[in-house]
Amino acid sequence: MHALPQTLVSGLALGALYGLIAIGYTMVYGIVQLINFAHGEIVMIGGFGALTIHLWLPGDTPLAAALPLMLIGGAIASVAVATAAERFAYRPLRDAPRLAPLITAIGLSIALQQLVWAFYPDAKKSRGFPQFQGDSFELANNIHIQRDDLFVLIAAPLCMLALGLFVARSRTGRAMQATAQDPDTAKLMGINTDRIIVLAFAIGGAFAAVAAVAQGLRAGQINFEMGFILGLKAFTAAVLGGIGNIYGAMLGGVVLGIAEAASTTYIQNIPGMHQLGGGGWKDVWAFVLLILVLLIRPQGLLGERVADRA
Amino acid sequence: MRNRSLLVLTTAIATGALTLSACGSRDDKGSGDNSGGSKATVVIGVDAPLTGSLSALGQGIKNSVDLAARTANDNKEVKGVTFKTEPLDDQAVPASGQQNATTLVADKAVLGVVGPLNSGVSQSMQGVFARAGLTQVSPANTSPELSQGPNWLKGQKTRPFKTYFRTATTDIIQGRFAAQYAHNDAKKTKAFVVDDKQTYGVGLSSIFAEEFKRLGGQVVGTDHITVKETDFSSVANKVKNSGADIVYFGGQYPEGGLLSDQVKRAGAHIPTMGGDGIYDPAFITASSESNDGDLGTSVGYPVDQLDSAKTFVKNYAAAGYKDPYAAYGGYSYDAAWAIVQAVKKAVEDNNGKLPADARDKVTAAMSKISFDGVTGKVSFDEFGDTTNKQLTVYQVKGDAWKSVKSATFQD
Repeated sequence: MHALPQTLVSGLALGALYGLIAIGYTMVYGIVQLINFAHGEIVMIGGFGALTIHLWLPGDTPLAAALPLMLIGGAIASVAVATAAERFAYRPLRDAPRLAPLITAIGLSIALQQLVWAFYPDAKKSRGFPQFQGDSFELANNIHIQRDDLFVLIAAPLCMLALGLFVARSRTGRAMQATAQDPDTAKLMGINTDRIIVLAFAIGGAFAAVAAVAQGLRAGQINFEMGFILGLKAFTAAVLGGIGNIYGAMLGGVVLGIAEAASTTYIQNIPGMHQLGGGGWKDVWAFVLLILVLLIRPQGLLGERVADRA
Repeated sequence: MRNRSLLVLTTAIATGALTLSACGSRDDKGSGDNSGGSKATVVIGVDAPLTGSLSALGQGIKNSVDLAARTANDNKEVKGVTFKTEPLDDQAVPASGQQNATTLVADKAVLGVVGPLNSGVSQSMQGVFARAGLTQVSPANTSPELSQGPNWLKGQKTRPFKTYFRTATTDIIQGRFAAQYAHNDAKKTKAFVVDDKQTYGVGLSSIFAEEFKRLGGQVVGTDHITVKETDFSSVANKVKNSGADIVYFGGQYPEGGLLSDQVKRAGAHIPTMGGDGIYDPAFITASSESNDGDLGTSVGYPVDQLDSAKTFVKNYAAAGYKDPYAAYGGYSYDAAWAIVQAVKKAVEDNNGKLPADARDKVTAAMSKISFDGVTGKVSFDEFGDTTNKQLTVYQVKGDAWKSVKSATFQD
């Protein structure tokens, strides 16, 4: 069991990353019931936005100083693409059957990947991303926290706190809740629902940029395909936590991350399960967990039971 | 408003279509000049991942074949025949490879195909080529069963497809060579073996593990990772806790580079070793972590150190390709040149004209060719495998791979 604390730390960092991306899925779904499958690509674009700022800054800028600017650059890129996608790809289809925007999202995802592939310099292979140098921090009991993991472990709770306060306290946040509950009535109450929808995409985009920087720091590279797997995992996290619920998205992400880390480490120690353990099976166990949760709570961990509007 | 959104949609689709078509014609240098009116045109198909994370290797293959075709045309290697290449992108996906194979088979001018890169992709293409009698020469496939049948491990070697040849050595040789180096030269005794669940990676890592144990080493743990993922920290923690003194990774450089870095970041300062799949500059640049000491084996001797390769390196540079020839450039050139030689033989045997059953004649000629290529002597044994069993161990020093041992494999 001596590996347990380390497994939890690794899983938590990975899960917080999934959670940040899952926010984007869950906010958009909560308000327009659209599964924005292009969200993984929004993450990827945030990563390339941050990388652009890093390349533009003088080479000797310390990473800690560059990081805020990279976050801003990434956020500008991903928010711009997310809101443009809403305006030009999804809004014209808002009254169309549900399948139309879904297919549009998949098409948009491929188009965005190809655009970065074709036009970003050298994006045909992985591009290096700056990392904090130096050894990991060692806490008591032989637990290591990577310097780069520290970023996501700090950024994710801060972002959640800010989002929670915004949605619960601010006027616009309450307008968002109203739009999510009943868009037509919200409109009658004088809420500009179009603006709220754009805002949901923009917040998702900003969180995606934070996640992209965190992913770049962890892996030391970004590439035009990175959005696919991250998006898939984050979507799973959003469903696991209860799609439409922002805290559910983060909780789902953390549960998924820890489940992946724990199944890699422990399943093969169970007698007779050696063949079914290790990194190759972690996705299987993560999805087994998802199915079990959905069997018991179809609405997800924190989801509310809502009439199927889709 | 309705019209406007239609306009926007049309513009978007048009832009998308243009982008995609731009991808298709990334560089048309390969088309060659087809001016000679009475000359026959022979097309050499190329199938490799030209986009995606393995495109660094794929572009090198494509350009090297193009160089071979151009050289053959410039030297008038085969009288009355102009060579053209037709590069297709398989994105390292077996289904795309099969589709490309079907496309190439349908074109009667195609008399040979160089590719693919991945053993897994090759499995889906071999049958298509065999039914059409079309010669396939892979510069990079190392999976033994492609040429020796599924029961090669039990010693029952049968050649499944008579149209399949390769200029790369098999994993049997490469995995055992790697284990011999790790145990005898690097003095490692405890290996942790990781694979990426693909045909190439699983085969290579199991052969390594077998040989490592046979030599007296110990395999202290095994695990698997998933292609295209980037988080291997759990596996890295297991490596650290296992007390291994070397990690052997069967797989490709995108995951290999990250695995090596994450193992080191987890606190285990041990080298990662792999096969030709990780022998690429992108392995080192996968993240900012230093890869000093990591080991990779590759087939053949280093291309830039072989006398026979000097002309190739010079011509490649002179041709001004955008991407480097990468790990398989020399083997791709030799593969294409083998096809050129087979076409030459078929034409010479038919009084200087391309025979009507050119594909069968080319396949028949393949097993008889022998020439001094970029990577050494090129000829094929009864399974279609290369007779060249030279391998090299490379080690990362600073930001480059440096060769540390080149030898001919000994049983």
